[in-house]
Formats: sequence, C-alpha cells, structure tokens
Amino acid sequence: MGLDFSVVPGFLDSILIGALWTIAITLSSAAISFFGGIFFAVISLYGHWVIRLPFRAFAFLFMGTPLLLQLFLIYFGLIQIGIDLPAFVAGIIGLGLHFAVYNSDIIKAGILAVDKGQHEGARTIGLSKGQTLRKIIVPQAVRNVVPPIGNNMIALLKDSALVSVIGVTELTLSAQLAISQTYRAFEFYVAVAVCYYIINLCLEYSLHLIERRIQISR
Amino acid sequence: MDFELIFRIYPYFLEAAWVTVQLSVYSILLGLIVGALITSAKLSRSRVLRIAGTVYVSVFRGTPALIQLFILYFGGPQIGINLDAFEAGVIGLGLNIGAYMAETMRGAIIAVDKGQNEAARTIGMGRFQTMRKVILPQAARLMIRPLGVNINAQIKATALVSAISVVELTYTAQRYIGSTYKPFEMFFLAGVIYMVMIYMTGLGINWLDRRAVIK
Repeated sequence: MGLDFSVVPGFLDSILIGALWTIAITLSSAAISFFGGIFFAVISLYGHWVIRLPFRAFAFLFMGTPLLLQLFLIYFGLIQIGIDLPAFVAGIIGLGLHFAVYNSDIIKAGILAVDKGQHEGARTIGLSKGQTLRKIIVPQAVRNVVPPIGNNMIALLKDSALVSVIGVTELTLSAQLAISQTYRAFEFYVAVAVCYYIINLCLEYSLHLIERRIQISR
Repeated sequence: MDFELIFRIYPYFLEAAWVTVQLSVYSILLGLIVGALITSAKLSRSRVLRIAGTVYVSVFRGTPALIQLFILYFGGPQIGINLDAFEAGVIGLGLNIGAYMAETMRGAIIAVDKGQNEAARTIGMGRFQTMRKVILPQAARLMIRPLGVNINAQIKATALVSAISVVELTYTAQRYIGSTYKPFEMFFLAGVIYMVMIYMTGLGINWLDRRAVIK
C-alpha cells in the first residue's frame, strides 16, 4: 500500500475537533499544574510535617513512575473507589498532577531565590504569613521561574497524547478513529504530527510573549 | 492493599521489567549515537548539515513521542519498513531521545570555555584534533549529569511502547488492572520496580560524575 494523502482532507473536521480537545486538555491541565505546583511548593516549604511527609511520598511516587501508569491508576483507581469520572476529566487530573509535581520543584527553587528581606519587610509592615506568601513572595517567585515552567507546559502538550490511551477523543485518538476506517496509518499520524507541531509553535510563541511581558525592568 | 495477590503475580512483573530494561538500554544506546551524530552535524561547517540537524531536533522535540512510535510501527509498513513491536519501540524511542541528547551534548560542548578552543588552534592543532583532545574531554564531564536526566526520562518513556503492545512493565500492569480490578496494587508493584530502576541508574550516574571530577 503506497501513500495517499488525499484521504486526509475528508477527515479534517474530526481532526480539527480533536486538535481543539488537545488544546483544551493542555490548557486546563496546565492551569492545574501551575496552581497545584504553587500549592505543593508552599506545602513542602512551610507545611506542617504531617502534611509535608505524605506530600513528599506522593511527589517521589509521581516523579519515579511513568505518566502512562499514573493515568491508568487515576482512571481505573477512581472507578474502583466509586468515582466514575469521564475519561477526559481523569486525563486532565492525571496530567495536571503529574506536572504539578515537576512545577513544584521549580517554584520551590524560585521561592527560595526571593530575597529574604522581602519576607521580613512584608512582615514588618504588618502583613500576615499567608498574605506575605500570597502577595509578596509567590508573585516574585513565579516571575523568576517562567522559562522552566514554560518548558514543562510544552512537555505537557506532547504528553497530552497519552490520554488517548484511556479513551479521550483528542488529536491522537481522532487520528486512530480515521485510521480504523481507512487503514491509512502513515498519512493520518503524519497529519496529526503536523497539527501537534503547529500547536507547539504557537505555544512556544505565546510563552515567549508572556516571558517578555512579565520581565521586570531592573 | 491485597498483598497476597502481589506475591502471586510479581514474577510476571519481573519478567516484564526485564523487557523494560532491554528497551531502555538499547534505546538509550541508540539515542547516544543519534545524539552524537546530530551534534556533529549541528557543529559542522556545512550549512546543509547544520540545517538538517536543526530540523531533526525541532521535529522530534516538537511532536509527541507516542505519535512518532505510531508512525514508525503502524505507518512503517506502508513505506516498506516492517519492524516488530519491540524493534519499533527501540528505534522510535532511540530516535526521539536522540534529539534531546543532541541538545544536551551541544550545550556541554558550548559550555567549554572559548579560550580552550582558541588556545588549541593557536598552538597548531587542527579543528578535529582540538575537538577530540581538548574540547570533548572537558565537555564529557559536563554532559554526565544532564544526560543522566535524559536517561531517567527515557526509562519512564519506555512505558509508551505498551501502546504498540510490547509486553513490558506498563503493559503488564494494565493487563492485570483489567483482569483483577486492583489498580492500586498493580500501580504499586509496577511503580516500585520503575523506581528501583531509576534509583539504580541514578547511583550509576552519580558514580560516573564523581569519577569524572578533575582532581
């Protein structure tokens, strides 16, 4: 069987819908991973050891095992304990938590890099501990770590392909559906790879804009 | 946690873990070779080679590894590439990690002080000699840690080949989740094995890194 890319346009609709799902999944799990990352970073730096130790174990587990395995655990595990979530919700939670753990390491380093005087100054003018963190420390910390977090977002976009395995109809699965009708694997996977590449370029460009925008002029 | 079940089925997981080890070792070796080739291409004087290297890295880092595996395994036969699932897994993962390793290697080579290159050229060494005798020995030390990060990621990335039905650790875990409905136990078992592998690799990298320190 030779190559025949003329079958691709017929499935353009479903591929584009798949691409929209991929973008939606990437953005929502990126949001979870960002805020989750901040939350985890604050816990592991300032939390009571009763919270900190289980979190350490959780982070250790999530960094030492493949994402695919974690997706299986979350999707099938939640069903087992009686929570029947749609696959795409399980996928978003899985991707979000996985990258939250990676982001938390980066944000932790960012928090530690914020000058100590900022903390002391904020406390001196009467801000509470929580206020100091929320209004003074975290905003500065996050600003410092935008480039590495951006890299994680790009990795997240590519890893979002994995949720096709638990049955989420995003870009990858939309290709598989088209292939099951046409038996033209090469054409559709290449088409989908091109879509990922384009989304990737757009994401990189937006991250570049964000980086430029939040730079403080010193 | 059903420990009886875990004790009953762990031999199957160990068998599958061996496949994961083989996948990791072969694909990492392939990745190192590809990475070295791409790095040489990107640092070469030929513009065509430089552009080819840049395109390779951009394409392989810009698309999901899963799709690359699918193109190779499911799409390969259409263009005359017939591989079994294991071979496709090794080659696909190797070509993918090669792109990341190329960036790591290039970064280390660039990080070597410029003066080293200039001095070596000044005392009459050729471009190739300078690279081999002056730059690379220094860059190799700088590469160990970041390549260790790549290797660590690759061990976890071998889970992807379960999607083209190679019977490795994740595939086995998935199959047993399906047949026993015990996702936590299966995750625990497979997770522990993955973490042991990653831990051991980490020890190896640390040992290499310590040995490479200049006294």
